[in-house]
Amino acid sequence: MTAELKIDPRKMEQMGGGAPLTQKAESLFVDAMRRLVRNKAAVLGGSIIIVLILVAIFADQVALKPFAEQVLVDQNVAPTWVVNIFSTMKPYTRISEAYPLGADYVGRDLLSRIIYGARVSLTVAFIGPIISLLIGVTYGSISGFFGGRVDNIMMRIVDVLYAFPSLLFIILLMAFFKTTFTKLEPGTLAYAISQLDQRMGGLLFIFVGIGLTAWETMARLSRGQVLSVREKEYVEAARTIGAKNGRIMFSHILPNIVGPLIVAETLAIPAYISTEAFLSFIGIGVNPPTPSWGAMISDGAQVVRTYPNQTIFPALALAITMFAFNFLGDGLRDAFDPRLRGTQ
Amino acid sequence: MGRYIIRRLLYLVAVLLVVSAITFGLMHAVPGGPFDREKALPPEIMANLEKRYHLDDPLLVQYFHYLSDVILPQFSTQPPSVSLEDDALMKFQVGGIYVRWMNFGPSFSSRSRTVNDIFRQQLPISGQLGLMALLVALTIGMPLGIFSALKQNTIFDYLAMSVAIFGVSVPVIVLGPLMIWIFGVVLGWFPPTGWGSKPPYVLGLFPSDLSWNGFWKYAIMPSVALGLGSSAIIARLTRASLLQVVREDYIRTARAKGLRERMITIRHALKNSLIPVVTILGPMFAALVTGTFVTELTFGIPGMGRYFVTSITNRDYPVIMGTILLYAFFLVIANLVVDIIYAYLDPRIRYD
Repeated sequence: MTAELKIDPRKMEQMGGGAPLTQKAESLFVDAMRRLVRNKAAVLGGSIIIVLILVAIFADQVALKPFAEQVLVDQNVAPTWVVNIFSTMKPYTRISEAYPLGADYVGRDLLSRIIYGARVSLTVAFIGPIISLLIGVTYGSISGFFGGRVDNIMMRIVDVLYAFPSLLFIILLMAFFKTTFTKLEPGTLAYAISQLDQRMGGLLFIFVGIGLTAWETMARLSRGQVLSVREKEYVEAARTIGAKNGRIMFSHILPNIVGPLIVAETLAIPAYISTEAFLSFIGIGVNPPTPSWGAMISDGAQVVRTYPNQTIFPALALAITMFAFNFLGDGLRDAFDPRLRGTQ
Repeated sequence: MGRYIIRRLLYLVAVLLVVSAITFGLMHAVPGGPFDREKALPPEIMANLEKRYHLDDPLLVQYFHYLSDVILPQFSTQPPSVSLEDDALMKFQVGGIYVRWMNFGPSFSSRSRTVNDIFRQQLPISGQLGLMALLVALTIGMPLGIFSALKQNTIFDYLAMSVAIFGVSVPVIVLGPLMIWIFGVVLGWFPPTGWGSKPPYVLGLFPSDLSWNGFWKYAIMPSVALGLGSSAIIARLTRASLLQVVREDYIRTARAKGLRERMITIRHALKNSLIPVVTILGPMFAALVTGTFVTELTFGIPGMGRYFVTSITNRDYPVIMGTILLYAFFLVIANLVVDIIYAYLDPRIRYD
C-alpha cells in the first residue's frame, strides 16, 4: 500500500499511467508505420535508399579508383558487355575490362564516379529538406501563430517571392555566390565561407540556393497547419493555465503539425535532387572534379552519339534514386493520410 | 469579379516592381561588369562604353531609367528610326502618332541585337515548346488518370500508376539524353537536336510552317521529355480526385434516379473532379515555362534558356532583367487565369 504511493509521477507516465495524449499520438505513428511497411513499393524505395546511403558513406571502400584519377590513355574505353548493349559503339571503341562501366573522356572510372556522386545527391536529399523546414516552419508558424496584421504582411512577402521564377532565380543566386565569394583576402568572414564551400566541393552554395528558394512552400503549409491547430481545445486549455507563447508553440502546436510537414518534405526531395543535378548539368553546381550525376550526364551528353554509356549510366543512377525517394514519399503520405484509411 | 481582377492586376504591378528591384540589386552585387575581358580594355574605351550604356550613372538612376524605358510608352510624330536605341517590343501607329512601348534595352554581349530582338526571335520558340509540353501533359495525363480511376485496383490501374511514377521520377536531364540516344541515334526517327520553326511567327508565337519537317520532327521529342513529368502529376491528381468525387452523395443520387453510368461519369463525376486539376495548372504552367530552359539546353534548342545562362556569365544586365521580369509576369498572369477559371468551374467560389 504505502510502497505504491511513493511512485514518482514521472515514472507513472513512463509506465503508461498518464499522458494519454502522447500515447495516442504514438499509436497513430505506429499505425502509420505498420501501413508503410505493408506498402511494397515504399519498402523497396526505403531499401534502395538505405543501400545508397551505405554506398555513399563507404564510397572510399566500395569504389575501385579515386574519383579524380585520370588515366589519359584509357579515355573513352568500355568493357565488352557495355559494347554489346550499345552496339553502335562496336566499330571504334577500345575494349578494357578494367572499368566495369567504362571510362570518361579523360579516362576516369565511371562506376567510381557514380559511387562518389551518390554522396552529393544524398547530401542534398537530406540537407535540402532540413534547411527548407527550418526557414519555412519558423516563418510559417510565426505568421500563423500571431495571425492578423503580422500574418497578412508575412504572407504577402511570400506571395511576392512565389512570383519569382525560382529556377531563374537560383541560377542568378549561384552566379552571385560563385563570383562574390572567390577573390577575397584571407581573414574575412566571406573568405572563410568561400573556403568552406571549396572544401565541400561547391555544395554549400547549392544548399543556400535551394534553401532560399524552397522554403516558401513549407511556410505556406506550416502556416495553414498552425492556423488549424491554433484554435483546438488543448491549446486553449494550455493558455488558460498560463502557458507562454513559446511553450504553446513548441510543446503543443509543433508536435501536432510535424507529420504532414515531414511527408511534404519527403515528397519534395526528388525536386531538390534534380535541382542540384540541373545546376551541375549547366555547370554552375558542384566544382569539378567533384563528381555529381548532373555534371556527369552533362559531360556524357556531349558524346551521347558516340559513347552513350557515359551519359546513360549516371542518368540511370539519378533516375533510380529519384524513384526510390518518390516511392518512399508516396508510401509515407498514404500511411499518414487518414482519408485513405479503409480503402485498402 | 471585375473588382477582384483589377485588384489582382494592381498586385501584379507591385510584384513586378519588387521582383525587378531584387533582381537589379542582386545582379549589380555580382562583381565584374559586362565589358570585363581577359585582357583589360583601355580605360578610355571602358569609360566610353560605360557612358554609352549609362553604366556610369548611380545605380538608382540606372534602375529608374530602365523602368521608365519599359513602362512608359514613347510618342513621336515621325516614324522611329531603325537604330537600336529606337527599338521596342511594341511598335504601332495610332492615327498619325507612332507609339513605342516596352523597350527592354540593348544586349551588351551581342552588340547588334536588342533584348527586344531576343524576345521576338527566341521567346516564341520557348513558348511553342512550353505549350506543346502542356498539351502533352494534358492529353496523356487526364485520360490516364480517368482510366485508372474508373478501373480502380485492376491491373490497368497499377500499370497506369507505375507509368505515372516513372514520369514523376525521371527529370528532363535524364529523359533527354536517353530519348536522344534511343529515338535520335539508334532508331533515327527524330533529329537529336535543334528546332524546326523559324521566324516570322503567326501572332508572334505560333509557327507558320506546321509540316513534319518544319515543326513536328523537332518538336515531338523535347515536348514529350518536358511534358511527361507534368502528365504524371495530372494523372495522379485526376485519379485521386475522381475517386473522391465518385463517393459523393450527388453521384449516388444520379445513380438512384436511373441515369446511365456513362452519363454519370461524364456529366457529374468528371466535371467536378477537374477542379483540383485546374488549380494545379497554374503552378504547372510556371514549372513548364521555366522547365523549357532545361529542355532547351539538353536538346540544343535556340530558345531563351541559352541566352539567359550566358547572359548571367556575361553580366548582360538588360537580358537578365528582361528575362526574369517577363517570366515573373507569365507566372502571375497564369495564376490569375487559373483563379478565374476556378471560380467559373466551382460556382460556390466567389471573389469580391
